[in-house]
Amino acid sequence: MHAYKQFSALLKKEILLELRQKHALYGMMLYIASTIFVLYLTLGDAEAETWNALFWITQLFICINAVAKSFLQEAKGRMLYHFSITTPSAFILSKIVYNVLLMGIMNILNLILYTAFLGDPTTSFFAFVGISLLGSIGLSLVFTMLAAIASKAMQQASLMAILGFPIIIPQLLLLVRLSKTAFSEIFRDGAPLQVILLLLALDLSVILLAVILYPFLWKD
Amino acid sequence: MRLAWWKIASILLLCYAVAGGILLPVPALSQLGETIRNLYFHVCMWFAMMILFTISIIHSIKYLNKSDLRHDIKAKSYAAVGTYMGLLGYSTGAIWASFTWADPNNPAYASFGSIMREPKLIGAAMALLIYGAYFILRSSIKDMDQRARVSAVYNVFAYTMLFPSIWIIPRLLPSLHPGQEGNPALNFNDIDARMRMVFYPAVLGWTLLGAWITTLKIRIELIQEKKILSNEK
Repeated sequence: MHAYKQFSALLKKEILLELRQKHALYGMMLYIASTIFVLYLTLGDAEAETWNALFWITQLFICINAVAKSFLQEAKGRMLYHFSITTPSAFILSKIVYNVLLMGIMNILNLILYTAFLGDPTTSFFAFVGISLLGSIGLSLVFTMLAAIASKAMQQASLMAILGFPIIIPQLLLLVRLSKTAFSEIFRDGAPLQVILLLLALDLSVILLAVILYPFLWKD
Repeated sequence: MRLAWWKIASILLLCYAVAGGILLPVPALSQLGETIRNLYFHVCMWFAMMILFTISIIHSIKYLNKSDLRHDIKAKSYAAVGTYMGLLGYSTGAIWASFTWADPNNPAYASFGSIMREPKLIGAAMALLIYGAYFILRSSIKDMDQRARVSAVYNVFAYTMLFPSIWIIPRLLPSLHPGQEGNPALNFNDIDARMRMVFYPAVLGWTLLGAWITTLKIRIELIQEKKILSNEK
């Protein structure tokens, strides 16, 4: 119960901070809008395959940018304060949940702008929305952990990309593959469900690893 | 000069693997021809790489438990030699692929784009990129203890994410590479009995050689860092 209280207080703090410093949030939104606008201008008419691939690439970069700041904004002094009043698992879990929520919102915004500018080649749009939300959960989980690691080093933003890309490849391949169900590609019976379960299992293992490993990063 | 038994074993096994690999009979397959002998070198490099990476992560976990910098040096050295083995695996694989996979009508590099899509190559590229990132991460942290701790955390995290992926990706994508059903070379029916007689000793020999190189690296580093290490204890 105590741990849960800490967790919810930390989560509330994250959300409050975000709402008070709106510039970061608006910055993210503008980032999405201008990325998609550039794509729209350079790409013209995109085929389904290209559309799908570019969607996941934008999703990846949005995630890196959205999640990167979650540990950057923690000044040394404030980290020390957290260190003295909370447990590491409550802290990292609050970060994870907050980043998943943030990435969910950014994901919806990305989808809306993407379909508005680049059209909608999907045959079942709602399946694609579901898959993209599943994907954004996975991406934000992995990059939260990597942001925690990179925050201890110099040149954090670029380091996050270097550390993260090789790790995220399998998830991205699975997601690109899975989202083809929304483009009316025929799959073997039960294959999509298998991929979904695999992704959920990966997500779960990232959460477990974060809870196990974060206490070591935590102490300075 | 006295050598430990496993170093002598490594020398003997490698002599046997090289001589036997070139001289002993192999099954005649139309596509592979005599290039099949590369199995004793190419596949062994990947085996050695994975085993060295595994030893590296074990030392990382030990470091996280005990905060002894010696384990950090060991984890780093095993990762470095493992990466080196991986590069050798790539180059032996490239030679092999240029004889068997590359389109003979074009220069070999023209087939590069289609060859790199091989799931096994993606897996190998991921492993090397991860350890490349590991060394960049190490070099970007000044404080020794913090560097050791953070890189140990990344090592554990990346390695545990790497393993399911090496297992997943081959099942997702089509492949020309042997060992489609998951774990290449671990399946006993994949390899001819005559080749197994050379292959397993070769794996052992190359791995021991990798470990030998690593122990030398570790000894050099331990001497270099003597001051810090003796202050610590």
